[in-house]
Amino acid sequence: MRAMVYRGPYKIRVEEKDVPAIEHPNDAVVRVALAAICGSDLHLYHGMMPDTRIGHTFGHEFIGVVEQVGSSVQSLQVGDRVMVPFNIFCGSCWFCSRGLYSNCHNVNPNATAVGGIYGYSHTTGGYDGGQAEYVRVPFADVGPVKIPDWMHDEDAVLLTDAAATGYFGAQLGEITEGDTVVVLGAGPVGLIAAQSAWLMGAGRVIVIDHLRERLEKARTMAHAETLDYDEYDDIVVEMKKQTDFLGADVVIEAVGAEADGNFLQHVAGTKLKLQGGSPVALNWAIDGVRKGGTVSVVGAYGPIPNAVKFGDALNKGLTLRMNQTPVKRQWPRMFEHVRNGHLTPREMVTHRFPLEDIAEAYHVFSAKLDGCIKPLILPRAD
Amino acid sequence: MTESDVPSAYVRDKRTPPPSREELRARIPGWGADLDPADRPSYPKLQYPADTGAHWDFPERQPGAEGRERSIEHAFVTPAFGTAQPLHGLSGAIRRLAYQRFSEGRLAHWMLLIVGDRVDAWESHLRSFVSGRPDVPATGLRGELTHSGPGSREGRSDKRHQVLDPVVVAGPWLAAAGATALGARAVVRALRR
Repeated sequence: MRAMVYRGPYKIRVEEKDVPAIEHPNDAVVRVALAAICGSDLHLYHGMMPDTRIGHTFGHEFIGVVEQVGSSVQSLQVGDRVMVPFNIFCGSCWFCSRGLYSNCHNVNPNATAVGGIYGYSHTTGGYDGGQAEYVRVPFADVGPVKIPDWMHDEDAVLLTDAAATGYFGAQLGEITEGDTVVVLGAGPVGLIAAQSAWLMGAGRVIVIDHLRERLEKARTMAHAETLDYDEYDDIVVEMKKQTDFLGADVVIEAVGAEADGNFLQHVAGTKLKLQGGSPVALNWAIDGVRKGGTVSVVGAYGPIPNAVKFGDALNKGLTLRMNQTPVKRQWPRMFEHVRNGHLTPREMVTHRFPLEDIAEAYHVFSAKLDGCIKPLILPRAD
Repeated sequence: MTESDVPSAYVRDKRTPPPSREELRARIPGWGADLDPADRPSYPKLQYPADTGAHWDFPERQPGAEGRERSIEHAFVTPAFGTAQPLHGLSGAIRRLAYQRFSEGRLAHWMLLIVGDRVDAWESHLRSFVSGRPDVPATGLRGELTHSGPGSREGRSDKRHQVLDPVVVAGPWLAAAGATALGARAVVRALRR
C-alpha cells in the first residue's frame, strides 16, 4: 500500500508499505477513505516529539471502510463505513471505565503519561497512522462508530479530532452565561472552540491570532470578535483593556507547543529545541484571564518541560483544566450540533491533497501558505 | 477619571452587562444549547459509561510482547501495543536504555529518546545515500511555487523566524558534509605520509 513515511525533521515522503495485519483479536483493518493533517502532526514533522521513528506513518484523523476484522470483533463488519476517534482505547481499564478514554492504560506500553494515539510516535504507543491507504484499528468494538448516513465525510473526518477537541476545550472552560471567553488560536480547534463557547452561553467571544485569513474565518464562521496580536505592542494589555481591566472569565488555549508571538521563545523552543516547545500562548492565557478565572488547554504539548508561568497561575487563583480529548464521549451531542448547523467543521477545510502530494501538503500547512487552515488527504485518486 | 469611569475590575460588578439571551439567540446559531452543564458530554469529568463496547474485564493479550520496550512505570507491556518500527541499530540501543533505565519522570528518559531520534535519522540518511532514493534536507518545497510561498507571508510577523528554517534544516547537513570532507582529507593526508 502507499503510505506517508517520516524520514526525519522536515522530511516526509510516500513509500510502499505492507498492508497492516490483524495483530489482536479485537483489531480491524480499515481502508482509509479520507484523512487530515492535524496541527499537532506538525510537532512530529518538526522533530519535537520524543521517540518519533524513521519510517513512522502519521495520521490520527481519518475515516474509512472496514476491510478485515479480528476473531473477537462483534460490532463491525467488513464494508462498514466508520469514523475512528484519534484515541486508541480499551473501554475497560480504570480510566476508560470512568470515561477518560484519552487516558487509557491498556494501549500504550511506552508511556503512562499519555494514552494511545494513531500515528503519533512511539511515545503514544507506536501505532502507524491513517495517512495511508490502510490502517490497523485496535479495539474495533470500542473506538470506531459507523458514519451516520446524513453526515458529510468532511465533517466526519474533522469530528475524529479537531472539531471534538474544540468542543471539549469549551467544556473545560466551565463557561457560565454571559462569560467573556477568549480563544487563543484561530486554527481548526480554536474555530470550533469559539463556536462551542456560544453554545455554552458565552456573552462575548474574542479570538486572537495573527493570520488574517484565520481571523476572517473566526468572524464569519464563529461570529467572534477578533484581535490580531501583530497590531498590538502587548496583547495581554489589550486583553485587559478589552475586558475593562478584569481579564477574560475564560481563556481557551488552542495553540500548543509551536506558538508564535514571541520571537525568542519561538526560536528557543521550536527551532533550537531548548525546551519542549514555545509556551507563548499558554503564558498569554495565564496572564490574560481574570483572577479566579479558568484556563482551558487543548493545544498539544509533549512530555519535555516548558517555561510556564506557574507562579502567576497560583497567585491569580486560576483553575487550569486540560486533557487530550476523549473523542467518542463528545460524539452523540456533537452529532446533534452538526446536524442542526450549530457546529460547522467542514467550513474550515481549505485544501485537499492526494496522498502522493503529502510532502507538499505538510509544507503548505506548516508554513501557513495560501491561506491554509485545514488540509485533507485523499488516499486514492479515484 | 470620575467614579463612573472606574473600570469593572475595581468595582463590584461588570460595567457592561452581556447582551440579552434574545439578542444572542438572534445573532448566534444555537446560542445557549449547552447552557445547562448537564448537556455537556464531559461534565462531570468522571462518568461511568453504561457500555463502552468492551466485552471483557481485561483484554486479551496481543502476541509478541516479549522483549518489547516499555515504560518502567507500567507493570507490563500493555495488552495491545503498536508494532511499527521496532528498535534496531544504535538508535535502538539508545532508546532501549532510555526505557529500561529511566522513568518518564526523569528528563534523561526524554533526552535520550530525542538523541535516539537524531541517531535514527542519520542512520537512515546514510542508508538512503546508497539506495535509489536518497534523503534530502527538506521535502515539500514545491509548495512554495504552487501555493504562493512569498506572497502568503506578506505582512506576517512569523516571517522573521521562518527565514531561520533553512538554517535549522540544512545546517546539520552542511555541518555533516563539512565534517565528512575534512575527515576524508585527513585520512588521505595520513595515507600519503
